[in-house]
Amino acid sequence: MVRQIINPYKEAVDIVKEMGGEALRLCYQCGLCTGACPWNVLKSFPVRKLMHEAQLGLLDFEAEDMWACVTCGNCVQQCPRGVEIIDVMRAMRRTIVALGVGPVPDSLRVTMKNLAGTGNPWGEPTEKRADWAQGLNVKPFSNGAQMLYFPCCTTAYDASVSRIGKATATVLQKVGASFGILGSKEACCGESARKAGDEELFQRLVQENTAAFAESGASTMVVSSPHCYYTFMNEYPIAQNGLQVLHSTQYLAGLLREGKLKFSKEVKKRVAYHDPCYLGRHSGVYDEPREVLSSIPGVELIELPNNRENSICCGGGGGNVWMETKPGERLAEVRAEQALDVGADVLALACPYCMLMFEGCLTQDVLDRLELRDITELVAEAM
Amino acid sequence: MEEPKIGVFICHCGTNIAGTVDIDEVREFAAGLPGVVSARDYKFTCSEPGQLQIKEDVKNLGLNRVVVAACSPRMHEITFRKAVAEVGLNPYLLQIANIREQDSWVHKNGSTEKAKALIRAAVQRANLLESLERREVPVTPSVLVVGGGIAGIQAALNIANANHKVYLVEREPSIGGRMIQLDKTFPTLDCSSCILTPKMAAVGSHPNIELMTYSEVEDVSGYIGNFKVKVRKKPRYVDSELCTGCGICIEKCPWKTDSEFDMGLGKRKAVYTPFPQAVPNVPVIDPDVCVYFEKGTCRACEKFCPPGAIAWDQKEETVELEVGAIIVATGYDLLDPSPLTQYGYKRLDNVITSLEFERMCSATGPTGGELVLKDGSAPQSVAIIHCVGSRDKNYCEYCSRVCCMYALKYSHLIGEKTDADVYQLYIDMRCYGKGFEEFYKRLSDEGVNFVRGKVAQVTDQVAGEEEQGKLVVVTEDTLLGRMLRIPVDMVILCPAMVARADADEVARRFLINRGADGFFLERHPKLEPVATASDGVFVVGCAQGPKDIPDTVAQASAGAAEALSLIDRGTVEIEAATAVVDEEMCSGCKICLALCPYNAITFDEEKKLANVNDILCKGCGVCVAACPSAAITGRHFTDKQIFAEIDGLLADVKPPLVAV
Ligand SMILES: Cc1cc2nc3c(=O)[nH]c(=O)nc-3n(C[C@H](O)[C@H](O)[C@H](O)COP(=O)(O)OP(=O)(O)OC[C@H]3O[C@@H](n4cnc5c(N)ncnc54)[C@H](O)[C@@H]3O)c2cc1C
Ligand code: SF4
Ligand code: SF4
Repeated sequence: MVRQIINPYKEAVDIVKEMGGEALRLCYQCGLCTGACPWNVLKSFPVRKLMHEAQLGLLDFEAEDMWACVTCGNCVQQCPRGVEIIDVMRAMRRTIVALGVGPVPDSLRVTMKNLAGTGNPWGEPTEKRADWAQGLNVKPFSNGAQMLYFPCCTTAYDASVSRIGKATATVLQKVGASFGILGSKEACCGESARKAGDEELFQRLVQENTAAFAESGASTMVVSSPHCYYTFMNEYPIAQNGLQVLHSTQYLAGLLREGKLKFSKEVKKRVAYHDPCYLGRHSGVYDEPREVLSSIPGVELIELPNNRENSICCGGGGGNVWMETKPGERLAEVRAEQALDVGADVLALACPYCMLMFEGCLTQDVLDRLELRDITELVAEAM
Repeated sequence: MEEPKIGVFICHCGTNIAGTVDIDEVREFAAGLPGVVSARDYKFTCSEPGQLQIKEDVKNLGLNRVVVAACSPRMHEITFRKAVAEVGLNPYLLQIANIREQDSWVHKNGSTEKAKALIRAAVQRANLLESLERREVPVTPSVLVVGGGIAGIQAALNIANANHKVYLVEREPSIGGRMIQLDKTFPTLDCSSCILTPKMAAVGSHPNIELMTYSEVEDVSGYIGNFKVKVRKKPRYVDSELCTGCGICIEKCPWKTDSEFDMGLGKRKAVYTPFPQAVPNVPVIDPDVCVYFEKGTCRACEKFCPPGAIAWDQKEETVELEVGAIIVATGYDLLDPSPLTQYGYKRLDNVITSLEFERMCSATGPTGGELVLKDGSAPQSVAIIHCVGSRDKNYCEYCSRVCCMYALKYSHLIGEKTDADVYQLYIDMRCYGKGFEEFYKRLSDEGVNFVRGKVAQVTDQVAGEEEQGKLVVVTEDTLLGRMLRIPVDMVILCPAMVARADADEVARRFLINRGADGFFLERHPKLEPVATASDGVFVVGCAQGPKDIPDTVAQASAGAAEALSLIDRGTVEIEAATAVVDEEMCSGCKICLALCPYNAITFDEEKKLANVNDILCKGCGVCVAACPSAAITGRHFTDKQIFAEIDGLLADVKPPLVAV
């Protein structure tokens, strides 16, 4: 079929070109992005071709490819022409959502609707947002507290991930930190809404949360999710409001350096650390998690073949955490295999989405051999 | 001062200026300015008839100031100065208004108004211009060439053959540069040694060339036509006068280290010449490897040297030279590909760089010209990865220009030596030179696999039986739109050509600039490709940017011609627009002394006064601005002239808000 350079969705294409900006025009079609993309191990995902289609305005908005990018940033980091590939992917989705030029995957549509209605991806009642902390004696944030803890929706609502919140609260209590939570006053940071193309919803969540943070008067915030961390640091007007944001591993590393993190037990395990995309590549935090892990008595820290800048996505970024992942297309499995290959007993994580993805993707057989633990859990266990 | 009679000449520059500036309006405006007696326009004022227009008016109307409103003075100030001088006007009575680069090229709206303001500024300044006399000083009729690669060799021979003295300073023990490391050369495949060694020998024996190898330039002072240069000669510990080049010392020396010349693939002795055809054929003793320097023992070389040329007591020497011109030909380095971890260099066996491959192919190289893997066997398949660090904003943004062609050359060489399949992994094939496309066609015919894509990874993590024991090159074939895994035995990386590691130091020493790419910057990319910001200093070959041998040689000859035209004239004119100290006003504070970038200011301790040497002064004006007593005047840029210009420029502008 001969395809003409005339697109029925001119307006849509223009939006993509504009958002991709000057950098998109610079793409010289070398194909490094396709090769750098973690998907190419499992399936065909023609990143370079999408860039060229975007340049020429020949995008097929109905294709599944519109939704595959996990926004891991591996391609952007290496692109020789500095193309902001993730921005282009985001622009394509945004166009689809805003102008209806193509289908949005069902599961994602439901998630966005829930987010819009209740401020969390499951549509759970707002009042239950603090339920994870029941029985832990965690206080609502008050002006006297030094620190606000922001757990992430997944930590707050997902039964199997809430252990991250619990472990974090326990550690904070044990080191005697004065902290509190906002509970029903906070909402999702909106990162995945934005990556899924729902810009309007994202902007609304930014406003709601910014107002809530301002009202609380908090000056320091510790977060469990690298996605929240990245978004607050880069896409919220947080700095203007004088709020310092720390990922839990940064906070723990700080305590460690000040000599305030003390351990009393050994955790005799071979631990491999999986760098989350939004903590590593997107935020440049590589050392703190390793510092904390290697300080735990008994822990033998080993590196995965793809580590630090070269880490592989769990498959959950870019809204994929809310979408179906077909068997055989699970990056988490690739990652778990790497961990088992290097002889790890534990795969240490630092991101609620990663936890959710690994829990959901790995078979029981693998889970029996490879424990999934958040770094805060390992710290709590050793204290 | 006589009554100013100013002529204004407005250039259309084709449509470059006339396309956006209303020439008629500007001309009428100029005609009405105080002091202007005539205003004319012409299509190309720089052309012969355009210049004639100026000359006629000077003669017929008795103009005593000329304003040309055209392109940048960097382009044609000299042209117009010459024109007015021919009809008896002092060249410093010419003023340029740049209405092209600073106006028509950069503004869509308002360029007519801006042209008027620029011309008014120029006219007001022209009113105050004064005649200045240039001085001529004699030139030292010899040339310093720094770097003995093909560029330096070519330049040195050209100048020496014109019967002028050349000092050729080379850092390594032998001349030859990168070219002598190469095996065969594209596009004709002549053997590098065969075409280069005769030239090297000619340099070594030329009566007009003083070859100083194992030496470096330490200091440069002086100015165009009269440079003073200090050269540091490292001790060879072998007396060049006595040494016959028999090589017995090398044979007898028991101590070895990695050979730099063979890119670490082979060994050399503690006493060595980098390669057998070295010029001069006099070995050096490497004190870091020779045990005599550490323990005082061994001395095997000394025992066996027939003429007794080993000279342990040689010391470093500094030689002073006087030259009229300098040619910098220091060449290039290759980017170290180890930080590009995806390619596995230094981590995976049989991933090598192009220069290592050249050495391997060379009959005098570490494998005697055989292409072998680490285990000694011949490769069955080879991948050549182009653009390693070139054309990549994370490393070197520019194209290294020779890799496409030498990569093709490698296909041929591999085919000559083995039966291996060859894969060329390229982004774009750039075969632009004379005979290059033909070479590309020839190699296509020889049966090369071309895969268009930037390689994502070279890995030893195999994914199947057929990949067992291989290196796997992972890439998208962008023409197929498919990911490929190509199992090969050997991977050759084509790393970017980069500026020499010490380029910064060299630039400072010779007062030349570096471009954003790190290479030395030419004065004008098209019209002054070998001149630099420093008068009398030229740059040729890969020191100026990546290029192949034909371009290097052409540039080297150009540099030689420039140097010759300078020293052959016998004298140079010295810029008259220099700084001058008013003795009445100088307080002797010495602030200017430290600031002058050209060390042109001296201090008279007796009179307690600063003094500008107007041969060294380049008229940059730093001292003029810095002098707290306002005792220094910049000739041709006096305060009065500059303020008149500013007033002219801003005459229409409402007084700005006063900053507090
Ligand atoms: C792998 C490879 C293959 C190539 N194959 C071909 C080919 O087949 N055909 C072709 O046309 N081109 C080829 N080229 C390009 C070719 O190498 C260059 O065009 C040529 O060598 C440039 O010569 P040069 O004299 O400018 O620089 P160089 O060869 O780098 O010479 C510079 C000299 O200056 C000396 N020097 C450096 N700094 C100082 C200092 N501070 N003081 C004193 N001396 C100094 C160095 O020791 C050296 O001797 C190839 C390049 C590469 C990398
Ligand atoms: S890596 Fe960059 S330049 Fe290369 S194809 Fe992808 S977007 Fe284009
Ligand atoms: S961001 Fe990651 S998932 Fe998306 S295209 Fe780039 S490499 Fe692939």
